[in-house]
Amino acid sequence: MANPQTTDWSRLIADPRFQALHRRKQGFLTGLMIFSVIYYFLLPIGAGYFQDLFKVKVWGVINVGLLFALSEFFVAWGIAWYYTYYANKHFDSQAREIAATHEKGGA
Amino acid sequence: MNHKHTKWVLLALAGALGVATPVFAQSAATGEYKWITFTVFAAIILLTMYITYVAAKRVKSASDFYTAGGGVSGMQNGWAIAGDYLSAASFLGIAGLISQYGYDGFMYSVGWLVAYITVLLLIAEPCRNIGKYTLSDILAYRNDPKKTRVVGALSVITVSTFYLTAQMVGGGVLVKTLIGIDYETSVICVGVLMLGYVLFGGMVATTWVQIVKAVLLVIASLVIVMLVWVPYGFSLPGFLQDVVGDPKVQARVATLLGDKATNMTAAELGQRFLEPGLYFKAPLDQISLGMALVFGTAGLPHILMRFFTVPTAQQARKSVVWAMSIIGGFYVLTLFLGFGAAKLVGPAVIAAQDPGGNMAGPLLAQYIGGGANSLLGNFMLAFVSAVAFATIVAVVAGLVLAAASAMAHDLYVGVFRLGHGQPVTPQEQVRAARVATVIVGALAITIGIAAKGQNVAVLVALAFAVAASANFPCVLLTLYWKRCNTGGIVLGMIVGTVVAVGLTLVSPNLTYPKAVKAAAHKTLDGEAAKRTKITAALASTDPIKVKEAEMATKALDKAVKKANDDLVKFKDQETSFMGLEKPLLELKNPGIISIPLGFLAVILGSLLFRDKRAEDMWDEVYARQNTGILASKPTAH
Repeated sequence: MANPQTTDWSRLIADPRFQALHRRKQGFLTGLMIFSVIYYFLLPIGAGYFQDLFKVKVWGVINVGLLFALSEFFVAWGIAWYYTYYANKHFDSQAREIAATHEKGGA
Repeated sequence: MNHKHTKWVLLALAGALGVATPVFAQSAATGEYKWITFTVFAAIILLTMYITYVAAKRVKSASDFYTAGGGVSGMQNGWAIAGDYLSAASFLGIAGLISQYGYDGFMYSVGWLVAYITVLLLIAEPCRNIGKYTLSDILAYRNDPKKTRVVGALSVITVSTFYLTAQMVGGGVLVKTLIGIDYETSVICVGVLMLGYVLFGGMVATTWVQIVKAVLLVIASLVIVMLVWVPYGFSLPGFLQDVVGDPKVQARVATLLGDKATNMTAAELGQRFLEPGLYFKAPLDQISLGMALVFGTAGLPHILMRFFTVPTAQQARKSVVWAMSIIGGFYVLTLFLGFGAAKLVGPAVIAAQDPGGNMAGPLLAQYIGGGANSLLGNFMLAFVSAVAFATIVAVVAGLVLAAASAMAHDLYVGVFRLGHGQPVTPQEQVRAARVATVIVGALAITIGIAAKGQNVAVLVALAFAVAASANFPCVLLTLYWKRCNTGGIVLGMIVGTVVAVGLTLVSPNLTYPKAVKAAAHKTLDGEAAKRTKITAALASTDPIKVKEAEMATKALDKAVKKANDDLVKFKDQETSFMGLEKPLLELKNPGIISIPLGFLAVILGSLLFRDKRAEDMWDEVYARQNTGILASKPTAH
């Protein structure tokens, strides 16, 4: 492992590019996390307190509850895909740029 | 490790195989097909032994032993995470729950997948950038290394031991049911094989055993699901229509609903199988369990450890996405396995083999292959059983590695040696890791045998509850909250663990002899009335009614026997293990209370005990976790 003394961390944190990355990342992650937690807990809440709704048949014997539970899988995969797409596009290149400038005390 | 040692790999594992051979006495497979069971088991065990043999040559340093040198690719790690996570509880258990309770079983599986969103968004990448071998590495980075390593290691060992005990006991019972060897022998087989993989092959062998097992599991499930679904032209409503129209399923729902079923038509009973509420009666419990799963997985040490095996944060991200695809896809397949087993094998037949429904998958495999008297049917049963066996061994290997790393890397090397200013050579580190592995492995076998016949379901819930209430708040806040510090971590770990364990000990998960005896008396009092009803039904001209009555007789006989057994077992006992007559708290899972308290403890502890170093280090921690500067590099081979 390299010597931590070689990177000036407070200077890195103060770099406007890092501040921009931090803000963008924090906003994106918080929003996505809140959405996924709410969407997940709708399932046990629905199954527990809104059984009449969950029992409504929509496609043959398939009811709202079953479709909603199935949708949880696709929403989870969707979130994972969207996060990966967003992070690959917006976070990684910026992080690499910042690291290149500051690693071992450069610039 | 040199060649002198590698031959011991083969010797030790061959020993385990030797123990496993004279077996297969009264397994689910019928007598004349025992050789199939034996061949399939031997093939899978030999395959894993070969993996260990190859891996052992690559394990030279502590980094190789704990994290496979950081040289695992994102895709490989994704399969290994799936292999680590699809334990017997989730792979046999969920199919079983669906076959017995329908919708609720499927709903239960969702939480196990959604848990990985938390891991993906908040935990995996920062942990990869900051950590090295263990969960405590992350905690110790900003905070007082000695104190946080001690509390972190204790929590890791606690969580792993709970999970390990559940796996050993559950695995012992399962192997006994699957292949018919006795309980103690099964536990020893699982333990010795696992020790062989971990001791000689470290994380390299563990990773590959998990990958192979996950691939076999997915192939087996895909084949079975295809065969179940083909007759319906891959139509979901068509398949489910047939499931709810099946008299076996309708009879099961009628049994579950009891008196409430009297005015329902057969069609209504069948439809009820696709509606919530047959298993989860208390919504709050269900929400609490969901919280423990969704936040606990991100605090499970053996899962966190997997992110140190990949070279970069990007690969860590990729591995979670792979894991989510495999795990989620597998649970969707489980929907078919569970409902298919209910339709084709029947809930009552499955419950007769194992009351928890764990045999649903294996029995369905046997049925699909042509039944108990066919070659293919027994091959399929043997294959699924062997994969289940590999599952238990692979999951146990991951857990032992996590506990051993906490013991050797955090406590011995981090606290006792480096903490006292004594340098540790790389050879000593590897030796410490192996010694700790043997200790944890021996402990796992001992606990597994000692806990025979105990109710261990509570232990899995407990492992997730402690992980969610202690580990998760500590890891999350040290990564994302500037003012988090040593005081917060120590208090959070203690409060989270104590509250989660304490609430579970007074929960309905424990056995309450007084309630058990009351239920037994109720069964016995109602026996006569039920017998009269069954006798009337037996005289009926409707063959379906007679069949139902015959099943009801069997069920009643079983219930009466259990009631009498319970009365004898708890003759002189009125209170639970904790001295309580009834649970203090009606919650089965403490998450909804203990998780917020865990977070509160970290926050209060941090604010009460200011720690200048932790705050000064914030810039470094935050910069490193976001940029990957100084992240530990993979070792070249």
